[in-house]
Amino acid sequence: MGRYLLGRIGQLALVFIGVTLLIYLAVFVLPGDPIRNLAGHQQLPPDTIAAIRQHYHLDESFWQQYGRYILGVLHGDFGTDFYGESVWDLMKAGWPVTLRLASMAWVFEIVLGVGFGVVSALRRGKLSDHTLLLLSVSVISIPAFVAAFAVQLLLGVKAGIFPIAGNEDGWPMSYILPALVLAAFGAASVSRLTRSTMIRSLQADYIRTAVAKGLPRRRIVVRHALRNSLIPVLTFVAIDLGYLLGGTVVVEGVFNLPGVGQLLFTSIRQQQGSVVVGVATALVMIFLLLNLIVDVLYGLLDPRIRVV
Amino acid sequence: MSNVTVPADESGQAWDIEAQASLSHTALARLLRRPSFLVAAFIVVLMIVIAAVPQAFAGWFGHGDPRACDLVNSAIGPSSGHPFGFDKQGCDVYANVIYGTRDSISIGLLASMFGLVMAVVLGSVSGYYLGVVDAIVSRLSDVFFGFPFLLGALVLLTAFRAHNVWTVSLAIALFTWPTLTRLMRASMLTAKEHDYVLAARSLGASDWRLIRRHLLPNAIAPVIVISALGVGAVIAAEATLTFLGVGLQQPAISWGLQLSDAQSDFQVYPHLLIFPALFLSLTVLAFIVLGDALEDVLDPRRNDD
Repeated sequence: MGRYLLGRIGQLALVFIGVTLLIYLAVFVLPGDPIRNLAGHQQLPPDTIAAIRQHYHLDESFWQQYGRYILGVLHGDFGTDFYGESVWDLMKAGWPVTLRLASMAWVFEIVLGVGFGVVSALRRGKLSDHTLLLLSVSVISIPAFVAAFAVQLLLGVKAGIFPIAGNEDGWPMSYILPALVLAAFGAASVSRLTRSTMIRSLQADYIRTAVAKGLPRRRIVVRHALRNSLIPVLTFVAIDLGYLLGGTVVVEGVFNLPGVGQLLFTSIRQQQGSVVVGVATALVMIFLLLNLIVDVLYGLLDPRIRVV
Repeated sequence: MSNVTVPADESGQAWDIEAQASLSHTALARLLRRPSFLVAAFIVVLMIVIAAVPQAFAGWFGHGDPRACDLVNSAIGPSSGHPFGFDKQGCDVYANVIYGTRDSISIGLLASMFGLVMAVVLGSVSGYYLGVVDAIVSRLSDVFFGFPFLLGALVLLTAFRAHNVWTVSLAIALFTWPTLTRLMRASMLTAKEHDYVLAARSLGASDWRLIRRHLLPNAIAPVIVISALGVGAVIAAEATLTFLGVGLQQPAISWGLQLSDAQSDFQVYPHLLIFPALFLSLTVLAFIVLGDALEDVLDPRRNDD
């Protein structure tokens, strides 16, 4: 286990360096002079320029600057916005909102996805199966922001059941619609995945044995078929949590929830490049960390994985 | 001796071609039996035609010029001659939606093409040579896997100066190639094991000839299918990125931009939202259904329908 863990962490370190390098390259090395941007229309004397360059370490080599950046990221320094406020401070208030939204969406995704998948598999070829399949394909084809508008219009404005946007009604009312929209794509995929693995395991020999033993149908479905078909679903769902965090940028933006995603959403619109990069970097870091945790858990659960 | 083998060879070849023909024939027949495939294929073809010649469709009801706007008409709903109504600037929504097809379809196809080319080149080289090249390509794809798709494309596009069809396609493709490359590498590894590869090599065929004539034709099919499957997702991703403000920008005409504009007013003027959303979702749906059907028919192991 120790060796597996070490290897996995080593791999993560490599990916971390690559990811940060890519972000750094994308933003800091592309054409454009930050000092000229800072100065606006004024003509700065060369001494001032040199002083500013030194202050922001722009006179150092690329690798020194990158090293500074990566050390900063590891210490929670994700840069500053135009007014000099640190991006981390801007994000701090948003994390509880974002985590609450993402975990609620995660629960929706699992419950709805597995539930619909099981129903669909048990009623294979019948009307409800076809309806659910059609529903899942349609949900996959509608981009999250369009779906968000649609539910705002139908359930918020027309039916008036849920608040249209904002965080005034607090948890859980304000979170239900956004979480549903955020979960929809994953839930559709989970339901399709559950359906196909369920169908495969319902055809397995041990199910025939269980039927022959005269076990009640409920027990066969839940204990024998579902349990064995949940493994690929679990893999999908575990990795999807990270993607849900990324998806909050759209959903929080549309539903005006004051989370980290909304910060990203508004900074894009205000063209605050440094905040965009800072927030995105933080979200990517969490994504990597989540993947590491999933892998380690897998190593613990399944001894076969550790060997490889 | 050679007199004997030549006819045998010929007949063998003829049998092969026949078998192949009948295989693709049954695949086609199975596809044509699915009504969902036919509908999806019709929509896809229609959208591609609209994308190619929007001017032929835009004028069906009104003046057909997406840029001829009159503020007098601001946000008027569907009316005679303008079935989709007008947007806030008084532009005909129908003409705009029709012209918006072009960029969405172009990005869908271009980004998939970029991803496919990268995957075929990198995947086959790393699968064929293994060793150092393979290690580099694999670590590189690990890095791109490290990004949740949306965030990666977002960071990259924030840094780009130009936001046009090409740069958006490139940004999307940069985060889709790793999956495709892994697939290509895997099928390359399988293809390499065949005896005819060994035979060709022992006859002195060069690496390049081996890859081009013997390996690629046998290994490329799965990657093509999967990247065709992805076209719908790419179109949806483009609309999302454009909606967020890092994709296409004014004065481009695109569904994402129209939806982004509709955001503040759709509660009062739902027609601003409904028509671009309908076209966008229908196109994505058609591509997904088409890809699904292709995958089902080409992969005999999938029989859960």
